[in-house]
Amino acid sequence: MIVPFSHVLALSGILFVLGMFCAAVRRNLIMIVLGIEIMLNAAAIAFVGATLHWQNLEGQTFVLFILGVAATEVSVGLAIIVYAFRKTGSFDPNNYGRVICPGSRK
Amino acid sequence: MTLPGLLFYVLAATIIVTTGVAITRRNLVHAVVYLIFSYFGTAMLFYLLGAPLLAAFEVIIFAGAIMVLFLFVVIMIRTEHSEEDFFPLSQWIPAAASGLIYLAVAFLAALKAPGADTGLALLWATPREFALYVLRNYWFLIEVISMLLLIGLIGALQLGRTRGAKQAEEEA
Repeated sequence: MIVPFSHVLALSGILFVLGMFCAAVRRNLIMIVLGIEIMLNAAAIAFVGATLHWQNLEGQTFVLFILGVAATEVSVGLAIIVYAFRKTGSFDPNNYGRVICPGSRK
Repeated sequence: MTLPGLLFYVLAATIIVTTGVAITRRNLVHAVVYLIFSYFGTAMLFYLLGAPLLAAFEVIIFAGAIMVLFLFVVIMIRTEHSEEDFFPLSQWIPAAASGLIYLAVAFLAALKAPGADTGLALLWATPREFALYVLRNYWFLIEVISMLLLIGLIGALQLGRTRGAKQAEEEA
């Protein structure tokens, strides 16, 4: 017997909110991607807890897929960030529209 | 309280504190290093919850590969002019208030759900059992993930390559 499932869910929820806070409040593209990583990690913790709750290995299986998605997302995301930084010279997401659609601002 | 329970709460507190410190750092290198601690804590948590293979993957992929990738980008790009301005307080107080209300409701719902105070029984998935389970039931999704990683690789290469070609054209 370890802890109740609800405590695992509470930990996962707090981590998810921290990641969401990071992604929503920080004005730095790298910190936004870090926030998304924290949220994925929180989801993984919830899945591992759910494996124990229902005594079924599907939860752990989905953590594998979360790892794959996180790795892909971070590699493409950082490539886009480096591309945007070379074009605009800053990490501010406000300058980001100019990279995707040039001429959208003034 | 049993020893695994105590370990869980210690690990949970460590993970939350290191993550909270990480997301408030202005220096990107400090943030990434604090997050590495958070991921090591998560790996130990996975081991505690009976997932040794996933604990190893967490260290290798999250704490190893992904965070080192972040470090490379932070080092490669000069970070002196990465000063950022946070939102004014009046803008994010409503957002924080509504977020906290939802968090409180979710906690109440999770803690008052039926069976919420019985401890979890341990299910120890050895790497062999886990691998057999995954490859018997989800072999197709493994292929999908490998395709996704390949597509991500091609996308990252393309984003780097177009820049190089344009630069060569400008120089020529």
